[in-house]
Amino acid sequence: MIALLIRDLKLALRAGGGFGLGLAFFLIVTVLVPFAVGPETGLLARIAPGILWLGALLACLLSLDRIFALDWEDGTLDLMATAPLPMEAIVTLKALAHWLTTGLPLVLAAPLFGLLMSLPGEGYLWLVLSLAIGTPALSVLGTFGAALTVGLKRGGLLLSLLVLPLYVPTLIFGAEVARRGAQGLAVEAPLLLLAGITCGSIALLPFASAAVLRVNLR
Amino acid sequence: MSLTITDLAIARGGIPVLRGLSFSLAAGEALILRGPNGIGKTTLLRTIAGLQPPLAGEISADRELIAYAAHADGIKATLSVEENLRFWAAIYGTGDITPALEGFDLTKLTDRPAGGLSAGQKRRLGLARLMVTGRPIWVLDEPTVSLDVASVALFAQAVQRHLAGGGMALIATHIDLGLDAQVLDVTPFKARAPLRGEDDFDEAFL
Repeated sequence: MIALLIRDLKLALRAGGGFGLGLAFFLIVTVLVPFAVGPETGLLARIAPGILWLGALLACLLSLDRIFALDWEDGTLDLMATAPLPMEAIVTLKALAHWLTTGLPLVLAAPLFGLLMSLPGEGYLWLVLSLAIGTPALSVLGTFGAALTVGLKRGGLLLSLLVLPLYVPTLIFGAEVARRGAQGLAVEAPLLLLAGITCGSIALLPFASAAVLRVNLR
Repeated sequence: MSLTITDLAIARGGIPVLRGLSFSLAAGEALILRGPNGIGKTTLLRTIAGLQPPLAGEISADRELIAYAAHADGIKATLSVEENLRFWAAIYGTGDITPALEGFDLTKLTDRPAGGLSAGQKRRLGLARLMVTGRPIWVLDEPTVSLDVASVALFAQAVQRHLAGGGMALIATHIDLGLDAQVLDVTPFKARAPLRGEDDFDEAFL
């Protein structure tokens, strides 16, 4: 099982692997927003948590269709389905690899991008924490969407539309944690709900993704 | 250990393609499947490999005994030949990839990125994967596509060694591999087209 994870990370880091795509997108969003809304620090500081969370979510969305599409195109997915790995393990590892190559870099880069958005000083810890807790849910939900659309040529549009509503709760509570943190308010309630969403999706969705993938491979 | 197919019926995209198919393979035996394009050979092999359920009938062998090789080789272009094989060896829990590299004459290409291989070399890499699976029943779909004469001979040798070691092979192919094997033409098992409303498929979902 570790072999699959290592292979996916290797593929992501080599030419054409798409590592850094999400990060670059996140950078573009946070660099351009101040140009679009104006340099007023107070306004930027107020919208920073929301914009940063939105940027992270869209950056995640951008790389979702690569999770299964490449393996499906070159036949690896068929061969993997007949291999001794259970399908549930395959989708979990795929989601983990996606998080390590997309979610984790976003979490680590978030403080830097917060600076670009004049995020207030108290907000950094909560921004990083909320992204660290919330982005795994984005990867797992996205893997489910990718499993649903595997085999569709250019399925990216359908994938985005399917995943969008699933992302809403994570975005609401994630951005709420960051916003409250930045304003120095209590963050326990949204933080717990965010953690709940993440734990719930990690526990349940691999089974759904595996079932969907089996049907799609027929 | 054997592979027995009893009264199998299979469908592709909800349309039955083969019906009433039965055959049996014992250890050390190979079976060549023949039939015109579109008759359902690939669907039959995918069903036996466990990728899709049969409409009716039984497949005796455990899925865990079957190594499947499809039209696509499942090769990652940015990984080297060795990395590709090592990945599959790790997935199947077998260690040594040297016999597979030697068996398909890939020893000189180990460090080459698989994306830079020719079509025939890719196919050889795809077939070498079978040897690292360590599984006894090989289910092969057109394994000789884009192989030259020498590579076909290499492949035939690999199959023969596999059979000599007590393995089995089920091969859909149009060429003569020179194997001592039974040949089954699946054309007589073609399913007639279903009449409208006759089937209980969920056609709305297909």
